[in-house]
Amino acid sequence: MSDLIADQVDMTFTMPSGEQVHALKDVSFTLKQGELLSVLGPSGCGKTTLLNLIAGFLRPTGGQFTLNDMEINGPGVERGMVFQQGALFEWLTVAENVDFGLRMKKANKAESARKVEEWLEIVGLQGFGNTPTYQLSGGMQQRVALARCLINDPDLILMDEPLGALDALTREKMQSLVLKIWKETGKTIMIITHSVEEALLLGERLFVMAPRPGRLHKEYHLPFAEWGLNQDLRDVKKHDDFGTVREEILTMIWDMEEEIMGKTA
Amino acid sequence: MSEVFASPRGLIVGGLFIVLLIALIWAIVYGRKLARTEVTDLVFGNPQKALGGWHWVISGVSAILIFWLYFSWDAARAFFPNVANELCQVAKVESAVVPMRSAFPFESRLLRGTSLLSRDSTQIAQIRGRISNLDLEAEQVGSIEPLLDRLGALQVSLASPDSMAPETAAALDGIAARINELADQLDSGELSAEQVAAIATAREVDPGWGNTNKEIPIDPITERGARYAAVAAPLLEVSKEYTSIRNNSPAFLDEVAAIDADIKALIASTDSESVAQIGKDLTKVLKRIDDAVIFPPSALQPVEYALANLHEVHRDQQGSLRLIDAIALPGGRIVAGKTACTEQGSGRWLPKPSDTIRKFVGLADPTRGYKGHALLWYKQKTLAEMAGFFIPDWIADLVPGEYPRHNEAGEIGQNLKSKILNIATGNFASPSVPIPTGHIWDSMMRVLTGLFFGIVLGVPLGLFMGLSRFAKGFFDPLIELYRPVPPLAWAPLILTIFGIQDDGKIFLLFMVAFAIMVISARTGATGTQLSKIHASHSLGASRWQILRNVILPNSLPEILTGIRISIGVCWGTLVAAEMLAGTTGIGFVENVARKQNDYEIIWITIILLGLLGLLFDLVMRWVISRTIPWRGKG
Ligand SMILES: Nc1ncnc2c1ncn2[C@@H]1O[C@H](COP(=O)(O)OP(=O)(O)O)[C@@H](O)[C@H]1O
Ligand SMILES: [Mg+2]
Repeated sequence: MSDLIADQVDMTFTMPSGEQVHALKDVSFTLKQGELLSVLGPSGCGKTTLLNLIAGFLRPTGGQFTLNDMEINGPGVERGMVFQQGALFEWLTVAENVDFGLRMKKANKAESARKVEEWLEIVGLQGFGNTPTYQLSGGMQQRVALARCLINDPDLILMDEPLGALDALTREKMQSLVLKIWKETGKTIMIITHSVEEALLLGERLFVMAPRPGRLHKEYHLPFAEWGLNQDLRDVKKHDDFGTVREEILTMIWDMEEEIMGKTA
Repeated sequence: MSEVFASPRGLIVGGLFIVLLIALIWAIVYGRKLARTEVTDLVFGNPQKALGGWHWVISGVSAILIFWLYFSWDAARAFFPNVANELCQVAKVESAVVPMRSAFPFESRLLRGTSLLSRDSTQIAQIRGRISNLDLEAEQVGSIEPLLDRLGALQVSLASPDSMAPETAAALDGIAARINELADQLDSGELSAEQVAAIATAREVDPGWGNTNKEIPIDPITERGARYAAVAAPLLEVSKEYTSIRNNSPAFLDEVAAIDADIKALIASTDSESVAQIGKDLTKVLKRIDDAVIFPPSALQPVEYALANLHEVHRDQQGSLRLIDAIALPGGRIVAGKTACTEQGSGRWLPKPSDTIRKFVGLADPTRGYKGHALLWYKQKTLAEMAGFFIPDWIADLVPGEYPRHNEAGEIGQNLKSKILNIATGNFASPSVPIPTGHIWDSMMRVLTGLFFGIVLGVPLGLFMGLSRFAKGFFDPLIELYRPVPPLAWAPLILTIFGIQDDGKIFLLFMVAFAIMVISARTGATGTQLSKIHASHSLGASRWQILRNVILPNSLPEILTGIRISIGVCWGTLVAAEMLAGTTGIGFVENVARKQNDYEIIWITIILLGLLGLLFDLVMRWVISRTIPWRGKG
């Protein structure tokens, strides 16, 4: 039973000034093993906070998360993270970055080297092992970040706008890569994005979040990720169903944004 | 031109000077041509335009060296090896006539007599003014006024040709005649056979400018110089004679005595304090008039003409010498003293490159060195000696048991404890290895040792302070309070506590480096991206692993920059500390040289310090480029 269960999670930040920010309110859901979940919502609705809570960087002020029947309490290798800017260690080469988790575990060196090679190949970076990371393009850096996370064989992969900083072409390639990895490894993946299209493509399930306080607003079960495994992503996007859902969600988010703007104005 | 490259040193310096001039001009011409042809970028402010340009480096280096060769008069010495000696002879004549010329309005505005007369009359008028203000009895005024009148008259009598003694007039005419005679001699340019022979002798004793220990040979080594030297000595005599002439006729002397007696009587007869004071002031004026150096202007006329004539001849005879002096010896002049001629101005305090190199070669010779210590050399040291230095003696005390005692036969046995003591004190036979020594080595070791401890202790504390609120709060006051104090302000205290030898200086440098390293490491640790820390946590790194594998490498740019800054500051502090105390080190050398006005050695130490500082910085730059190539690209 390696499901992720969120049970009435509440998160309130207290600023040094004493001001309180209610970032998440009463969030409950269950993410089954092998599911692909995308989370969408206007900026500031608590997406990153939700991810940081699951990763164990923050402790919720109410409720709890359970993974593998254990309450989440602090960061752990079973929950891998991929960040928007990669957060690579620029003093290490590509291979050393990918190897980082194994090195921390003091794993067998020859074994590790083999695994690194394997993963570099999966993410399409064979031959780049000795390249310093600062010489890579943004897309390649994200591939390294993916490999670095996956080599640790986590149960749950958390991605915070991993493709946000990439150009459209690279982005599409990376989306296919994520789908491929999902299919081949069967991992549970939770991916945050602010692109509606991406959320539809990379979400078997899709949460739309609403702000102030951050909460789950609506949930969708979508077929597009499955389609994307066998079809070209552009064909998926051309499909009528895809357009309908996209329009619906866009309207929803626009309404939310308008509400915020109205409130603040 | 035959004398231009008289000595090989002159040849080298002269050749170098010409090469540098050509290089400078070439580089400027080349640079301008390049600037004219390189018109692809029309924008001002593009930093790309500052790239390259090695020809400007050549021009910069040449300009510095030309400036140095020129203002230190090294170029002058190379091209005109005799000119200093000739100027020395000229200076002898000049200084000989200075006492005479100063009495005439050549360099000053007034004739000496004129200014004395005006000063004394002013004082007499002042005293007259004071009397009317003093509210004195008529009787007292009556006794003072005539004295003032008589003083005035006495003074005026000096200016009158009628009251001048005939002998005085004759003496002045005699002086004028002798000056004219000497001027003629200088003009004629004749030298006696003896004088010509003396030139050859002088050349042997003192071959030329800077070729012996004496700065400038004092005896003439050229004919032109000899002509000046020939008149310089008699002129000095004339000068002495002139300054001893007094305008004191018998009548003048009698009147001086009479006025003196009357003033004394006035002082004796009065009990008014103010009258007594006036009496004293009158005596002062009388004493001055008594000097009798005021002459009737008409009587001085011949001397003045003679001096002017001499000056003209003196100038004409110098010929090209004046031009060379003006062009080749900038920023100073050559001055004749009683026993030696010396360079003054930039020729003195800016050592000549060739002299500097010669001195440096002497210093670099390990058998000579400076103050009994080589500049940079090696010596054989036994391993035992080093063990004795590094291993603390008390280690032996920790070994269980007792040290051996002597037995009845007076023999002393050995046990483990005493054997270890022997090792700790360096008391064993061992091979010797070469160890560097010398002033430069000592300075470098002090800096590097201080720096080493600063890094080893400062970096961990800095990282700790960057990560922990407790450490930051607890250590911040300590470091922020001692850091802003200029390191040298600590020196007296530290040197007293730790001694003036290496310990004190190393501790001082440690303090300097420590603060800088703490602050840089702290800045580095504080600047670690949170997402990197998050990532490493998720990848299963422990706290220690994160510190070692993420925070430390991430802080490396700041730490290395800190080391680079530390080296610079330590270097500066060290030299100053070595000047304060100690018996070795570059600062010590400079301090001794300063006390002895040895400008060449001062200059050598300055250049050495610059070069070593540059070397340290280049090494650091290399280390930085090798270890943190990602810097600014993350
Ligand atoms: N460490 C924190 N301290 C205070 N407020 C925070 C902190 N982190 C996030 N917040 C607040 O919580 C809300 C949600 O933030 P975040 O999760 O980053 O939103 P999103 O990722 O959806 O843009 C925002 O209003 C933000 O200001
Ligand atoms: Mg966010």
